[in-house]
Parts: sequence; structure tokens; C-alpha cells
Amino acid sequence: MIEIKELFKNFGRNQVLNGVSLNIEKGETIVILGRSGCGKSVLLKHIIGLMRPDSGQIFIDEEEVTSYSNDKLYDLRKRFGMLFQGSALFDSMTVEENVGLGLTEHTHLGREKIKEIVKEKLRLVGMSGVENLRPAELSGGMKKRVGLARAIAMNPEFVLYDEPTTGLDPIMADVINELIIRLRDTLSITSIAVTHDIVSAYKIADRIAMLYEGKIIFAGTPEETKNTTDPVVKQFIEGSSEGPIPTLE
Amino acid sequence: MPRNENPLRVIGGKTTLFFEMAGEFAILIKNILLGLPVSIKKFHLTVEQMLFMGVNSLPLIMITSIFTGGVASVQAAYMFSDYVPMRYLGTAVGKSVILELGPVLTALVVAGRVGAAIAAELGTMKVTEQIDALETLALDPVKYLVAPRFISGLIMLPVLTIFSDFIAILGGLLVSTLFLNVSSFTFLNGLKLFFRMSDVWAGLLKAFVFGGIIALVGCYMGFRTEGGAEGVGRSTTRAVVMASVMILITDYILASFLFGS
Ligand SMILES: Nc1ncnc2c1ncn2[C@@H]1O[C@H](COP(=O)(O)OP(=O)(O)O)[C@@H](O)[C@H]1O
Ligand SMILES: [Mg+2]
Repeated sequence: MIEIKELFKNFGRNQVLNGVSLNIEKGETIVILGRSGCGKSVLLKHIIGLMRPDSGQIFIDEEEVTSYSNDKLYDLRKRFGMLFQGSALFDSMTVEENVGLGLTEHTHLGREKIKEIVKEKLRLVGMSGVENLRPAELSGGMKKRVGLARAIAMNPEFVLYDEPTTGLDPIMADVINELIIRLRDTLSITSIAVTHDIVSAYKIADRIAMLYEGKIIFAGTPEETKNTTDPVVKQFIEGSSEGPIPTLE
Repeated sequence: MPRNENPLRVIGGKTTLFFEMAGEFAILIKNILLGLPVSIKKFHLTVEQMLFMGVNSLPLIMITSIFTGGVASVQAAYMFSDYVPMRYLGTAVGKSVILELGPVLTALVVAGRVGAAIAAELGTMKVTEQIDALETLALDPVKYLVAPRFISGLIMLPVLTIFSDFIAILGGLLVSTLFLNVSSFTFLNGLKLFFRMSDVWAGLLKAFVFGGIIALVGCYMGFRTEGGAEGVGRSTTRAVVMASVMILITDYILASFLFGS
């Protein structure tokens, strides 16, 4: 279980997180909705310890991790996988080396065993047979899937998805949605996805939260989200330019 | 965004930035040293960088060195004119190449080739979140990216400088025999006359320090990259300019320590 308590973060004069509080239950898939630039990536990076908050705490299984030393953070990260918005595959490595990197560096498994695991993970995301290709040879959707294989290579307890469907065609987006659902069902992973793709959110989420002006202003089931009376959430899920959300910066 | 900035504030800002950078450099070096056991275990990463540095810079170093040696000969002969006998030509060329021209020119060439490449590569990794990805895989970018480049710089710059010294002296020898009427026997005798091994060490010590500077500045600028492809271009230019300036300043500091009274 992950508890986020009163998280604040600013970059210079830009107050990005303004007291974010949210609980994430074991085994659930939570989708955090928000407009572009509202701090979704920043929030994910706090959860995995890539950024440290100005104030506030994050507890993982009752342990406060925001004050962890760097060494402890590195250990903690082994329990996480993260799929980046642009996949962030290592250009200088093949697909196989990308997916197997964590295993090569953190385990004592032999080369053959790692090859086998990589193959299995690639099969899981429907990307068998691309082991020897380089990221530059893959399409956007293929990169996402390889990135996902890399994220789950070490059997993490938590997987963070940064806009998993953004920039993909609707069919590929749905393939990724299905994969996220399958991973939760087969590997019982706790998933945290941030996105502005409302269709994807309805499809994969057990719970939907909304990040707005640096705070979580709403959290509920997809059903509750659909029937919400909150004007901001309502405007966002309807994708309307009319409403309380300012459209001019 | 053109802003009407108070010049004092600009100077203040730059000064703060300088100290901030100095601090970050110190932290970077500390982290490299802390990660040294890992770097030694993963020496293949360093070897990869050494090959890259060598292969990338050797052709250019050969060309610049042979001409630099030639120029050193011509200029020394001109300055000697009738006052200093030509048997000291080899001495002058040898000393200036070994102490100054070899290390500094090699460093400037490598800063332009390799320093820029490091900043561009790491900068691209930064803006495409590959550095973050490395961290989420619980791998420390300092150990995996910075340390191999830093160690490689420390080793390869002296190696390349030795090459450069030989070729520059060869260039000086060629010019003096072909165009200056100084026989190779005279030139080489002059070279031997005041040759001191300590000069070679001094030159290589400079090269060693310059190698560290080039790698560190390249990595530092790469890590600081913000703002897409344009940002990568900016970091690359900055890395070359900053490394070059730092090389020349450090050259002076080292020279005053090594040869000052
Ligand atoms: N490392 C950083 N330094 C300065 N500002 C940042 C940094 N990362 C993000 N920001 C700023 O924080 C805000 C939120 O960014 P982000 O979390 O990437 O948005 P999104 O919701 O689209 O993922 C933006 O205004 C962005 O400019
Ligand atoms: Mg984002």
C-alpha cells in the first residue's frame, strides 16, 4: 500500500504539487487524470524517488520513504517498474539487453537464464522475436511494449505508467490497455497510471483520481466518476472547453 | 525572452551559478570516487569509452600535431635568427611540444570531438528520460555513465598526448631538415641536449588533468540538459566552450605550480 501525504513541490516560482494526498491499495489499478503539464509525471517521479518533495511524505507499506538515503532508494526501486511516456529505451542497447539489464546487473542468473526470462517477458507483451533489434528500428507502440517488458522484467510489486496510451493510434492504445489489465490479473501488480486519456482510464481503472491545481480533487470508482457532480471533473471527462477549468494560461 | 535585467543582478546570478557548478562538480567527483569499486568491476564500460576516445580523436590529433610541430620549428628559427645557434632548434621545439603544445592541443581537440560527443549523448539520454529509466532500474548513472568516461579521459589523454608529442616533434624535424637547413643530426642533438624526463611527466600530468576536465564537463552539461533537441545542441556547445576555457586556465595554474619559483 502506498500513502501519499500532503506532498508539495515547486520549481522556482512554479508550484507544481500543492498538497497532494492519495492512498493506493495493494493490487488495485489507479488512474490519475490531469491536463498536460499539471504535474502527473512529477507526481510519479516522487513515488519512485526520482524527485524529492519540498515537504510531505510518502509511505510504502507503512515505511516513510521520502527521507530514505540514496542507497535505500535504489533498493526500494527494485520493487518498482516504470513505463515512461516516450518508453525511454536505451538507444545503445538491443531490445534483449534493454529488457535484461536489471537482471544482468542485480541478479546472479546466468546468461541463458536471463535470455529465457527476457523471451518470456517479451512474449507476455506480444513482442516475441525482436530481441536483436535496436530501439530505433521499432515503432512507437512496439517501443511501449518493450518498455513494459523491461518494467516487469524483475517481477515488480508496483508498476507506474506515464501516459501509456498517449501518442498511439486507438487500436494500439487498446492493445496497451489490455496488457495493463492482463498484468494486473496474472501478476497481481499494483498499477498507478497517469494519463489524460479518459477512455483508457475507464477501461483499466479500479479507481480514478483527478489531479488539478496541484491537488487530488477527486477519487472514486469509474462509475462514481461518470456520475460525478464536481464541475471540474465533469468538464474534464466530457472534454469540454466550457466550465471552471481555465483554458487560457 | 528579452528582459530588462539589472546588470548587477546578472553578474550576481552568474556568480551564484559558478559556485553552484563548482559545488556540483565536487559532488560528482566524490560520487565517482565512492563508486570506484563498481567501476573497476565493470571495466569493460571504461574500455569501450577508451576505444571511442582514441578512435575518434587520433586522426585529427595526427594532423594538428604534425603542423603544430612544423610551426614550432619555423617560429623558433625565426626568433633565433642570428642570436641563437640553430643547434638549439631541437631543444626549443622539443621543450615547447612536450611541456605545452602536445598536452594543450590534444586536450582542445579531444574537447571538441569527445567532450561534445559525451554532452550530446548524455543530453539526449536526459531529455528522452533514459537517465531516469536507469535510475528506476536501480542503476546509478554516475557509476554507469560518468565514471567510465571520467576514468577513460584520465587514461586516454596522456596516451594521446604521447602520440601527439612524437608526431609534433617529427613535424618539427621534417620542417627543419626540408626548409630550414638544419640537419636531422643537429635537430636531434638539440632535442637530447636539455631533455629531461621530468618535463615529460609534467606534460603528462597536465594531460591527465585535462582528460578529467573534458569528461566531467561533458557529463555535467549532458546531465543538465533541458528542453529537447534544441537543449542538446546548447549543452554540446557549452561543453566544448567550457572545457576549452577550463583547460587553458588550468594549464596556467599547473604551469605556475610546476615551474613557478
Ligand atoms: N525537472 C524539472 N525542472 C523544472 N520544472 C519542471 C521539471 N519537471 C517538471 N517541471 C514542470 O512541472 C510542471 C509539470 O510537469 P509534468 O509533471 O511533466 O506535467 P505532466 O502532467 O504533463 O506530466 C510543468 O510546468 C513543468 O514545466
Ligand atoms: Mg508527463
